[in-house]
Amino acid sequence: MYELIIIGGGPAGMTAAVYAARKKLSTLLISYDIGGQVLGTAGIENYMGYQFIEGLELMKKFEEQVKQFPLDMKTGERVSSLSQTNGGFEARTDKGESYQARAAIIAAGKRPRQLNVPGEEKLKGRGVTYCAICDGPLFAGENVAVIGGGNSALEAAEDMIKIADHVYLVSLTPLTGDQILIDKVKAANNLAMFLEHEVLEIKGESRVKGIKIRDLKSKQERELDVGGIFIEIGLIPNSEPFKGIASLNSFGEIEVGCANETGVPGLFAAGDVTNVPEKQIVVAAGEGAKAALKAHRYLQRLSE
Amino acid sequence: MARAVKIYTTPTCPYCKMAKKFLDDNGIKYQEFNIVEDKAAREEMKNKCDSLAVPTICFDGEVLVGFDEGQLREKLGL
Repeated sequence: MYELIIIGGGPAGMTAAVYAARKKLSTLLISYDIGGQVLGTAGIENYMGYQFIEGLELMKKFEEQVKQFPLDMKTGERVSSLSQTNGGFEARTDKGESYQARAAIIAAGKRPRQLNVPGEEKLKGRGVTYCAICDGPLFAGENVAVIGGGNSALEAAEDMIKIADHVYLVSLTPLTGDQILIDKVKAANNLAMFLEHEVLEIKGESRVKGIKIRDLKSKQERELDVGGIFIEIGLIPNSEPFKGIASLNSFGEIEVGCANETGVPGLFAAGDVTNVPEKQIVVAAGEGAKAALKAHRYLQRLSE
Repeated sequence: MARAVKIYTTPTCPYCKMAKKFLDDNGIKYQEFNIVEDKAAREEMKNKCDSLAVPTICFDGEVLVGFDEGQLREKLGL
């Protein structure tokens, strides 16, 4: 049995790991990947100490720092449930393993939200993509749709204006991103906007062929012929495995107090999976540090 | 066992870098195709591997799309 299990290997989880290891807690970090959402971030200009660094590079540095300490890491495994046991907590993974510890920190982060419309799952990697900077160049000269109205969607649209033949920007709401991006996108002569439209279906058998959308007001439906669909409709917390043990807010985020406590003694949460305002790398790292120090204090009291 | 591993990438794709790092770390030799520059490779990826996303990793008739460490370990027998 470990003293502490940390679930998640992004900025919050890795910072917690360093703080826990420096307190000499026997610690296990379980994460599907090392780096989390930051891995998909091209450039970072607001993490102090670096005027510019690539996401992958920053996470490599985090990982190197974690590995300075003697703690156990399990990667390539996802925690599927966390429950309370006699002496603490038990985490079960999708590989059928189970791990026990006296205290736990949930730092499982967020993931891209899906549309949940027919055709989406089937056509993932076949024209449906959640990573515009990765797959954008594949659709050179084709018609594409970008779904969403926030900054990520506008950035994807801005990239695709230069690459694709024609870009359709489809958003459930009016555009919510920064004005500077909205202006850039609006100025393009190969982009058409369908605002306050919902996506009904993604069409195609082995490749995306088109998308069916509906005007929220007039209820008028139309089909757009596109070969690529870039879905940029925000993020959802990876909190499903913790529904039974922690309380979630209406966004599915784990509710924590200002000291990362969940209300369950010995269970803490940190970073983007929680209701902490502002989802930023520097915030997540700070929250991870707080959670680990709090967990350490909890364990100290337990052994007194 | 030596295999012909091909990886199709774009220069801006972080998951491609992760996949290459994983292959490097595990001593797996591979041939990389930048599909932004190399149109023939782009068509090969689309048609032979039937994939429209990067990274696409092909070997021994297997096609892995995206970077999934668990899956890659299993398929490469690591």
